[in-house]
Amino acid sequence: MLNNFPLWPARASSIAGNVDALFIFLLIVAGVMSLLVFVAICVFATKYRHRPGVNAAKIEGSLPLEIAWTVIPLGVFMAIFVWGAVIYFQEHTPPRDAAEVYVVAKQWMWKLEHAEGQRELNELHVPVDRDVRLIMTSQDVIHSFFVPAFRIKQDVLPGRYTVIWFRATKPGTYHLFCAEYCGTLHSGMVGNIVVMNPADYEAWVNSNPGGTLSASGEKVFNELGCATCHRMNGQGSGPALQGVFGKPVLLEDGRSVEADENYLRESIVDPGAKIVNGYRPIMPTFQGLVNEEQLNALVAYVKSLSPAAPGGAETKPSEVKVAPGNNSPVGNQVQ
Amino acid sequence: MSTVKAQVTERTNYLNADYGVRSWLLTTDHKRIALLYLISITFFFFIGGFYALLIRLELLTPAGDLVQADTYNKLFTMHGMVMVFFFLIPSIPAVLGNFLIPMMIGAKDLAFPRINLLSWYLYIIGGALMCHCMLTGGADTGWTFYVPFSAITNTKFVEAGLAIFVAGFSSILTGLNFVVTVHRMRAPGMTWSRLPLFVWAHYATSIIQLLGTPVIAITILLVAAERTLHLGIFDPKLGGDPLLFQHLFWFYSHPAVYIMILPAMGVISEVIACYARKRIFGYSFVAFSSIAIAVFGFLVWAHHMFVAGISLYSALVFSMLSYAVAVPSAVKVFNWTATLYKGSIHYDAPMLYAFGFIGLFTVGGLTGLFLAALGIDVHVTDTYFVVAHFHYIMVGGAVMGYLGGMHFWWPKISGKLYPEGWAKLAALIVFVGFNLTFFPQFILGYLGMPRRYWDYSHMPEFQVLNVASTAGATILGIGYLLPMVYFLWSLRYGDPAPDNPWNAAGLEWKTASPPPTFNFDSDPVVTWEAYNYDEIDAPHIQEAPVGR
Repeated sequence: MLNNFPLWPARASSIAGNVDALFIFLLIVAGVMSLLVFVAICVFATKYRHRPGVNAAKIEGSLPLEIAWTVIPLGVFMAIFVWGAVIYFQEHTPPRDAAEVYVVAKQWMWKLEHAEGQRELNELHVPVDRDVRLIMTSQDVIHSFFVPAFRIKQDVLPGRYTVIWFRATKPGTYHLFCAEYCGTLHSGMVGNIVVMNPADYEAWVNSNPGGTLSASGEKVFNELGCATCHRMNGQGSGPALQGVFGKPVLLEDGRSVEADENYLRESIVDPGAKIVNGYRPIMPTFQGLVNEEQLNALVAYVKSLSPAAPGGAETKPSEVKVAPGNNSPVGNQVQ
Repeated sequence: MSTVKAQVTERTNYLNADYGVRSWLLTTDHKRIALLYLISITFFFFIGGFYALLIRLELLTPAGDLVQADTYNKLFTMHGMVMVFFFLIPSIPAVLGNFLIPMMIGAKDLAFPRINLLSWYLYIIGGALMCHCMLTGGADTGWTFYVPFSAITNTKFVEAGLAIFVAGFSSILTGLNFVVTVHRMRAPGMTWSRLPLFVWAHYATSIIQLLGTPVIAITILLVAAERTLHLGIFDPKLGGDPLLFQHLFWFYSHPAVYIMILPAMGVISEVIACYARKRIFGYSFVAFSSIAIAVFGFLVWAHHMFVAGISLYSALVFSMLSYAVAVPSAVKVFNWTATLYKGSIHYDAPMLYAFGFIGLFTVGGLTGLFLAALGIDVHVTDTYFVVAHFHYIMVGGAVMGYLGGMHFWWPKISGKLYPEGWAKLAALIVFVGFNLTFFPQFILGYLGMPRRYWDYSHMPEFQVLNVASTAGATILGIGYLLPMVYFLWSLRYGDPAPDNPWNAAGLEWKTASPPPTFNFDSDPVVTWEAYNYDEIDAPHIQEAPVGR
């Protein structure tokens, strides 16, 4: 029991070092502040302990002191706030061209599907030094995708996508936890993130072949007869879908929304919510007709029709990433 | 401090003024109602504590081997609901606040004595519902009962929700009573600037109870409506929004933390002033920091939702405001510390609890800075780091304050002195046991152990710290049992308490121990400032008893 007793979590993502740096800074701030208070209390409590015949001094207070211990902590707090906010923005700004993995959470398991088509259960294989963006949704209640070694966590909600990204920096196997209480076997909703060297990853991909997610999306698209209205030539009764993803869409009511994953998702399950300008609200809902995996595939397919958008097309070779301090390019074309 | 042994003859007081069950169950005397609350919340404290013990025993080993998964989920749910809604929220306000506020401001009773009794009955009805719920299976939603889970679980959430709903009205009525009492019932000369800081803290608390509690009541009703009538409010399957629930829930439940901690801060101000024999340093800053906490406390709720899927910019706003609310708490700690400077410090048991409070509250408050930092919160939220943080505030802070206050005013409440040596020992045991229980949980949290995990056999490396925590919980349990034992013992065997055993300032000490039914034999008039310890301790000035 004692020979496996860590005091600091593994640091295995590009963001983890930033989080740890702020955490250590906060440990210092908290240490100094509590030391100040505790030392002052100990000194005062000893020095001014009751002695017969000696009365306490009459002291009303001190305005300069009150101002000092209001303003100085506030200044320190604001610095912490800004630092924390910067990290939060990094955590929520996925780089362009990240590899995409669709995550479906349900009581009590994680279903993960790579854009390249590999499907996994409670396990996610990723190559080291590659940006990975997770597009997550839940089939039932709220879950939370938590990888302590990466210092990332994001709740996974039913009925919408939430997104998080990471870049693993160290090969190894790391815990994946569900961090939002979700019922009986909440504590069984755990898994592994397996970070692999590029060569190992390529071998893993090759041993797990599968059609791309957008290809299965195209199949669903045709099976459901979507192409009847959403014609490529724009002559259908629904808008054409090429080049839509990632662009602003002008709506009937004059608003303009960005066609992100959540917009595509909503347009399938609740088509009346946002009607594209110039079209009639005639599309029926597909809620209940498609499951979460098919929905993800459809979204991936519509995205693949917009090759210029980030993560839009997986037919285009991914950008070659260079590991820091490593001159040999780490290839990751996994078509 | 040596206690002054006074001649105590059998006087008529609120305890012996009337006998029989009826005289207690139909009483409108705020002091008797306080005792009714004391007995009821102690009952729930030990129920909640028993659940905590079972939780800690389950976590002794990584495998889920003591209870079933569903049982464990019910244990932490009922632990949280019982402790939050049936112990912590009523603890200091309904017992000590009820008992002391009228006396501290020189009033005969609260403004609405019968509403005061009604609020106890509402609490008891809520408590009975909660007991029924627990005995017939309990709920497994967690005390936060997030939807959609709480809308679909097949356990008894509706009944638990109803129990909280009813008990909430008890809390609202107590708050209303205090606000009106402080405004309308102050004795001549008891100006706002002469109010004890205990009263200021309760005034701020009451505002939160009045404004916040209705929101949780509405939230519970909405979840119940969704469960029973399938209205689409929160569940996306029905067209609802689960984040709306979290906003509503935390709009009450974050300020609720201040319902628990502000009264404890009030206790600490009284205790420190008395045992340092000094007026609290920066009285008006301490008083107004309570109001500031009550106001800012309403503006930080979404800091519980930084990973829930709220927008980046609202996260920014709530993070910044969370730092703003930390300032008045820090100001209080600095002022208490400064009060010790050039004091004449006595180490009586209540003072040891006050020192313990400052230590634990400081750790709890400073770890709040970690959680308010967006980038850190993402990693530590929903882990044991959060569990440790809020226990440092709500148990380390609020319960330490409650116990300190119980010791400080026990002679006034019971007319008996508790055994000082045992009381000091208990304070020490609680402090050591508490730190051993909860400090390891900070480390567990940063390592990544999620909260509400029944089984951690996937990550056995967390066991050492969990064993330490369970060991600490055992010690803590003994520390909490001890005071109950010697308080009960003192009722029969304790020395009779003089009217003012600690030579404390404050009107409540200027009447008999225990006080007569209407607190003072004649209406007191206040001609001195709060915490006039310099005058009390000045040689040759013998104060005339007031209101005798």
